[in-house]
Amino acid sequence: MRVLIPGIAGGIGRRLAETLQRAGHDVAGVDIRPWGDVPAGIEFHRVDIRKRAAEDVFRRQRPEVVIHMATVTSLMVRGEERSRINLGGTRAVFEHCRAYGVEHAIFVGRHTFYGAAPDSPLFHTEDEPPLALHTFPELADLVAADLYAATALWRQPALTTSVLRVCYSLGPTGQGTLATFLRGRRVPILIGYDPLFQFLHDDDVVRAIALTVEKRPRGIYNVAGPQPLPLSTVVRETGRTVVPLPEFLVKLALGRAGLPRLPPGALSHIQYPVVVDASAFRKATGFEHVFDEGATLRAYREAFPPPNPGR
Amino acid sequence: MARRDSIRARVDRLELPFDEFGVDPYGISKKHLAFAYEVLGFLYRRYFSVECRGIENVPARGRAMLVGNHSGGIPIDGMMVIASMFYAMDPPRLAQGMVEKFINRFPVASLWSNRTGQFTGLPEHAVRLLEEDRLLMVFPEGARGTAKLWSERYSLVDFGTGFMRLALRTRTPIVPFGFLGGGDAVPTVLNAYALGKLVGVPYVPVTPYGLALPLPVKLEIEYGTPMRFEGDGSEDDEVIVGYVDEVKRRIAEMLDRGRRLRRGEPA
Repeated sequence: MRVLIPGIAGGIGRRLAETLQRAGHDVAGVDIRPWGDVPAGIEFHRVDIRKRAAEDVFRRQRPEVVIHMATVTSLMVRGEERSRINLGGTRAVFEHCRAYGVEHAIFVGRHTFYGAAPDSPLFHTEDEPPLALHTFPELADLVAADLYAATALWRQPALTTSVLRVCYSLGPTGQGTLATFLRGRRVPILIGYDPLFQFLHDDDVVRAIALTVEKRPRGIYNVAGPQPLPLSTVVRETGRTVVPLPEFLVKLALGRAGLPRLPPGALSHIQYPVVVDASAFRKATGFEHVFDEGATLRAYREAFPPPNPGR
Repeated sequence: MARRDSIRARVDRLELPFDEFGVDPYGISKKHLAFAYEVLGFLYRRYFSVECRGIENVPARGRAMLVGNHSGGIPIDGMMVIASMFYAMDPPRLAQGMVEKFINRFPVASLWSNRTGQFTGLPEHAVRLLEEDRLLMVFPEGARGTAKLWSERYSLVDFGTGFMRLALRTRTPIVPFGFLGGGDAVPTVLNAYALGKLVGVPYVPVTPYGLALPLPVKLEIEYGTPMRFEGDGSEDDEVIVGYVDEVKRRIAEMLDRGRRLRRGEPA
């Protein structure tokens, strides 16, 4: 099949492209980020998904499947530009899908859609609305992009749409929100809080998306694998040092002294858990993870040993 | 029986799906359980010397809902029920309470309640846990029940009906229990609602000696035979209220009998 991947140059996108190509698909991709060393046989265009040149790729390649991964988090892009990329880009992708007769569109979204709040349940199901947007406004455009993508389910009945809400990826790519948060030697934790974190090995994320291409499940699906673990366990098992701090100090310390940078609203995500129930996806696609929680943490630790192991 | 093996060994015998890090899929942690049971064990055996009757009525495995009265202004009742399921049952079971929403807003309390399986009282949590054949602990009187004053210590306030719909929907047997002595341990003379609002809790119980620290009085828990009801949880309110009243009556009977025994009267 002809597959087009907007956002191909990210860690997961590259691996996905290679996996799909090995499986015999014709793979093309667009991204504004560079990809220096594109494997032979993969067609890469360094263009903005919202620009005319991206539409030309749709017209020339006539993809049957589009995997939209060109969304960004507040860790990657700040301010209004982020919402323009997330919403403008998603709109452009679905418009091109309609114009060029795409059969299957996959929106790769995030499980943080559900939000973190003191009264939110563990194991969210797909029918739940997003929570606590007011405490983390930087998440709003991703939530809106997710909901916008889901409108394709009724606006474009000829197109099979799969909206995936994927938990944090972790592993050898070192990319993604959780991987970035864990990158330094010390990782801050709010005193008295230790929320569950749900993560999936990079290769399992790729496997889940490739399986979505194969099975074409229509609808909205949470994607997760192994059981979640408390943040402090995640930090320790990746060889980092837990730094318990009171809330006001965390706000001051973020981005300094080897601690990761986060917008203030993200603090609720190290205070309360976002954990999803992925049974519907497993049922629809037969997905099973290969790496359990321990193996995933060890894979990350091996690829990214803690910088200057001092003690 | 309970003393024979260490607390850690009993935690190992809990039939929960712990992973290589000693954590179950809900984040319940062996390490935190062991510490909590250490503290609860002291309170259960020494401080309150809890007397527990009818433990054989609690199923050893499979889903069940422990439903009882609130006794005392702070949750020593729930803690002692949890302790009895751990120390008096063989193999031990983890009783999972349905906690008031405000708990999660507090640091430390949030962490410990979550690591020991005491989750926010949401229907989603209850259904999920019961469908995984866990043991749920429910106080249908809710926060109104812990607000009982000393003079009201043997009374029951209105029961919520949510637990009954959940039990029907998940076909869960209800094990009624009566809890006695909490009102003597924490003799509340008034509840400071304004102070509560200030610190972010529903109210703060006040005793004749000020703080609501529990006195070392004898506490008693009686577990009754399991009750099963017909239905799927979609019944009209009047049917549900009828079922709830049956449970409430059983608990009231156990409280009555226990109260007479406590006074040395014939049961």
